Amino acid sequence: MEIERHEYDVVVIGAGGAGLRAAIEARQQGKRTAIVCKSLFGKAHTVMAEGGAAAAMGNVNSADNWMVHFRDTMRGGKFLNNWRMAELHAKEAPDRVWELEAWGALFDRTKDGKISQRNFGGHEYPRLAHVGDRTGLELIRTLQQRVVALQQEDEKLHGDAEAYIKVFQECTVTRLLKDGDAISGAFGYWRENGKLILFDAPAVVLATGGIGKSYVVTSNSWEYTGDGHALALLAGAKLINMEFIQFHPTGMVWPPSVRGILVTESVRGDGGVLKNSDGKRFMFDYIPEVFKDKYATTEEEGDRWYTDQANNRRPPELLPRDEVARAINSEVKAGRGSPQGGVYLDVSSRLPATEIVRRLPSMHHQFKELADVDITKEPMQVGPTCHYIMGGVEVDADTGAADVPGLFAAGEVSGGMHGSNRLGGNSLSDLLVFGRRAGAGAASYVDGLAARPKISPDSVDAAKAEALAPLERAGENPYEVHHELQRTMNELVGIIRKAEEVTEALEAVGKLKERARGVGAVGSRIYNPGWHLSLDLRNMLLVSECVAKAALLRQESRGGHTRDDFPGMSSEWRRKLLRCGLSPDGSSVTVEEKVQPSMREDLIKLFDRDELKKYITEDELADFDALVKE
Amino acid sequence: MSYKAKFRVWRGEGGEGKLEDFTVEVNEGEVVLDIIHRLQATQAPDLAVRWNCKAGKCGSCSMEINGRPKLGCMTRMSTFTEDETITVTPMRTFPVIKDLVTDVSFNYQKAREIPSFTPPSDVKPGEYRMQQIDVERSQEFRKCIECFMCNNVCHVIRDHEENKPGFAGPRFLMRIAELDMHPYDVADRKDSAQEEHGLGYCNITKCCTEVCPEHIKITDNALIPMKERVVDRKYDPLVWLGNKIFKRSSSKS
Ligand SMILES: Cc1cc2nc3c(=O)[nH]c(=O)nc-3n(C[C@H](O)[C@H](O)[C@H](O)COP(=O)(O)OP(=O)(O)OC[C@H]3O[C@@H](n4cnc5c(N)ncnc54)[C@H](O)[C@@H]3O)c2cc1C
Ligand code: SF4
Ligand code: SF4
Ligand code: FES
Repeated sequence: MEIERHEYDVVVIGAGGAGLRAAIEARQQGKRTAIVCKSLFGKAHTVMAEGGAAAAMGNVNSADNWMVHFRDTMRGGKFLNNWRMAELHAKEAPDRVWELEAWGALFDRTKDGKISQRNFGGHEYPRLAHVGDRTGLELIRTLQQRVVALQQEDEKLHGDAEAYIKVFQECTVTRLLKDGDAISGAFGYWRENGKLILFDAPAVVLATGGIGKSYVVTSNSWEYTGDGHALALLAGAKLINMEFIQFHPTGMVWPPSVRGILVTESVRGDGGVLKNSDGKRFMFDYIPEVFKDKYATTEEEGDRWYTDQANNRRPPELLPRDEVARAINSEVKAGRGSPQGGVYLDVSSRLPATEIVRRLPSMHHQFKELADVDITKEPMQVGPTCHYIMGGVEVDADTGAADVPGLFAAGEVSGGMHGSNRLGGNSLSDLLVFGRRAGAGAASYVDGLAARPKISPDSVDAAKAEALAPLERAGENPYEVHHELQRTMNELVGIIRKAEEVTEALEAVGKLKERARGVGAVGSRIYNPGWHLSLDLRNMLLVSECVAKAALLRQESRGGHTRDDFPGMSSEWRRKLLRCGLSPDGSSVTVEEKVQPSMREDLIKLFDRDELKKYITEDELADFDALVKE
Repeated sequence: MSYKAKFRVWRGEGGEGKLEDFTVEVNEGEVVLDIIHRLQATQAPDLAVRWNCKAGKCGSCSMEINGRPKLGCMTRMSTFTEDETITVTPMRTFPVIKDLVTDVSFNYQKAREIPSFTPPSDVKPGEYRMQQIDVERSQEFRKCIECFMCNNVCHVIRDHEENKPGFAGPRFLMRIAELDMHPYDVADRKDSAQEEHGLGYCNITKCCTEVCPEHIKITDNALIPMKERVVDRKYDPLVWLGNKIFKRSSSKS
C-alpha cells in the first residue's frame, strides 16, 4: 500500500496555543509549515483554559512589571525553574498578548479601555488577561483565525490557500524519523480512515500538551496521552522534571462521571473561599513557612485585600496550587470533607448572583448542567485533580531546541519553565512566548542546514509495522490496560507519594507494558478508537515510567512532588534536575542527575537574601553575599 | 441508582448504515456521552464518536439525540425516563464518516471564505483602547465553540445540498456580524454578507438560536442587526461611513 507523503520545512505537531503560535511564526518567516493535530482544528486542549493568560502589562496595578512576574514565577516553582525561560516569559508575555489583540482577540476591558487583568494564585498583582472564564477559547480561536488570515494571504499571492501553511486535522503522529542524529520527518495515521501518512521535514516542533490521561481523576481530555513526551524520548531527546505533576486543588467531585473536571481558580481569585465540613476557612491553618509574611492571617484582612491590596495581604485561598491541593487532601483525610469526598468552595455568600453569572459564566453553566448545583445559591464541592505536568522535553530556552538536531518543543510538552509548580495563567502565556520562539528556532535551523536529512525506507517500514500491529492480533481489550494504568498512577504516584508505593507502581507499570504489547483492536481502520488507544498505550506507559522513576529518586518534597517519607524541601535537591532518557535497547527509561545552572547575577539580585536563604544552599548563599558586596 | 437503558445508535460508514440496539448500564449523574463511552469500553470498541473536553467547552461531541441536535457531554441521562429508548444519530447536514462522526469540512471551508479581521494600519499592538460595552456585542459571538449545530439545523442547507456553495450558515454569518461590530474592524462587510455569503437566504426562523449550546442569540443579535445594516447601506452609504467613524471615535475617547 502506498503511503501518502508530504514535504515541508517545518512540521508542528499540535494545534493548541503553542503549536499554532509556532506554526504562525514559521510561516511568517517564510517556511512551508504543516500543523498536525489529533482532533479538529480549534478543539485542542487550550480551548478549555479558563482563567487567563499572565502578562505583566500593569493595566490594573501599574506597579507590576516583568521583574515582579519573574519573581512570582520562580517562587511558584520553588526556584527549580529554568531561570532563563522564566525571564524570557516574564519579559515577552505582554507583547504576545497585545499581538493577539491586533489579530482580533477581544479581552475584557478596564475602565480606561485597556485589557483588564485579574488576580490569581501566586501572582502578586492582578495579572491575568482574560475573557470571562473562557480565555483559552479566545486564545485558540484568535490563533486559528490568524492561521486562516495567513492562508487567505497565500491564496491571493499564490492561488493556493494551503501553499505555505496547512492543517492536517484528526491525524496522529506515532513516530519521529531520523537521518543519523538529525530529524528527517514524522510518521502517523489519519484517524478518519486509518491511512498512513509520512511527513518529510528537517524540523519538527512538538506542541502536544500533557499526560493527564494516565490518571483516573484528571481535568485533561483524551488527547493528553503524553505523545510528544514519548515521541521525544524515542527520538533520543531528554525529559526533565517529570516527577512534578500539578494537581489542581479544585476539580469537580460529583457526579462521578464528571469527577476531575476543572473548577477554575478564578472562583477564588474573584472572592470564593474554601471551607471544611465544620464551616471553617481552613486555609489559614496551612500557610507554609516560606510564604508566612505574604498571606493574611485573619479572615478580615484577607477579605479587605480584595478591595485594598496595598494595605493588606492576600487570603491563603490564593496560595500556589500545590499548597492548596495538599491542604484539601489533608482536610478530607482528617474526616472534615464534604459528603462526596471533597471540600466546599463557596462564592454564593461572597458575591451577588448577577456578578457571579457575569464573572464566572461557564462555571455557573457547568455546575447547573452537570451537577444540578446553582453556584449563586449554594457552595460547590471540590477536590484535587491531575491537571498539568511541569516536566517535559529539555529545551534551549531561547530557541526551544531539544537535544536532537531538528527537534523543538514548546508548551506543556516542554520542561523547565515552571520548575516544580506552575502558577495559574502562566501556561497560556508560556504557549505564546515559547511557541513563537520554537517556530523561529525551527525556521532558523532550517535556514542553516547544508542538506536536507533523508528518510530511510527501513524506518518507515518499522513505523508502519508498529502502527498496524494492534489491528493484526486478537488480544486483550486496550481499555482494560488503560484503566489499570490510570488506577495505578492515581493511587500510587498521586499527590502524596512514598517509596514503597512508587516502587509498587513501577512493578505494575512493567507488567502493564507486557500486556500492552498484546492488546488487540477489533474492527476496521476507519475511525477506530480501540486501535487508537492501543497505540496511545505505548506513550502513556513510557511517560508513567518516567514520572514514577523520577518520583522515587527525588528524596524531598517540592511543588508538584510530595514525599510522605521526605516531607522537607532540600536546598541540595534544588540544584539537581532529574533527566529521563531511553535505555540503549529502547525498552525502558533511565534517569540521571544533572546540576541546575546557577542563576545569572542580575537575576538573583532581584531577590532578598531572606527569601533566598529558604531555598538555596549555604555555598550559594555565600556566593550571593559576595555578589551583593561587589 | 443504576439502571439499564435502551439505546439505538446509528452505526455505519461510507454512506451506509443502520440503527443498532444496545442495552447499557446508566449510573447517577451520567450524560449521553458517558453511555457512548461505556458502549465503547464494553460492547462496541470501534464505535466512533468525537469528544474532547466533556464539559461543553470544545464543541466536538455534537450529535442528534432523539432527533434534536445536542452536545453529548451536556445531555444528562436524567432528562430521559428510564424506560425510554434513546436514539443517537450523527448530525444530518454533514456527510457521515463513521457512526456518530461527520465530515464537517464544509464549516472550515466557509470560515476561510470570510475576510479576516482588518484593523486600521496605524494602530500598533498595545495601543488598542476599547470600552467593555463596545466589545460586549462581538464577545457574545466569540463564545461560539464551533459545535456547528446551528449550521446543522438551518433549513437552508439541512436538506438542500444545492444551497451549500452560496450560504455560509448561521455560524459564519454571525462571524461576519462579529467582525462588523468589532470597534477596530475597517472592512466593508455588508455587500459580501448579502451577495457572497447568503445572508438573504436566512428567513429568521431562529432554529439556529434554539440549538446553540452557548445560548448565543444568533438570530436576534447577529443576523437581524446584520440584515438591518445591509438595508441601511443599500439606501445610504453614508450611514455606514458614519457608523464606522462614530464607532472609532467613541472607542478612542
Ligand atoms: C480545564 C483546564 C483549564 C486550564 N486553565 C488555564 C488557565 O486559565 N490559564 C493557563 O495559563 N493555563 C490553563 N490550563 C493549562 C493550559 O490550558 C494547557 O497547559 C495548555 O493549553 C497546553 O497547550 P499546548 O499548546 O501545550 O497543548 P494543547 O492545547 O493541549 O494542544 C496539544 C495539541 O497536540 C495535538 N497532539 C497531541 N498528540 C499528538 C499526536 N501524537 N499527533 C498529532 N497531534 C497530537 C493535539 O491534538 C492538540 O492539538 C488549563 C488546563 C485545563 C485542562
Ligand atoms: S434564523 Fe436564519 S440562519 Fe438561523 S436557522 Fe433560521 S434561516 Fe437558518
Ligand atoms: S453559534 Fe452556537 S450553535 Fe453555532 S457553532 Fe457556535 S456554539 Fe455551536
Ligand atoms: S466534549 Fe467538548 S463539548 Fe462535548
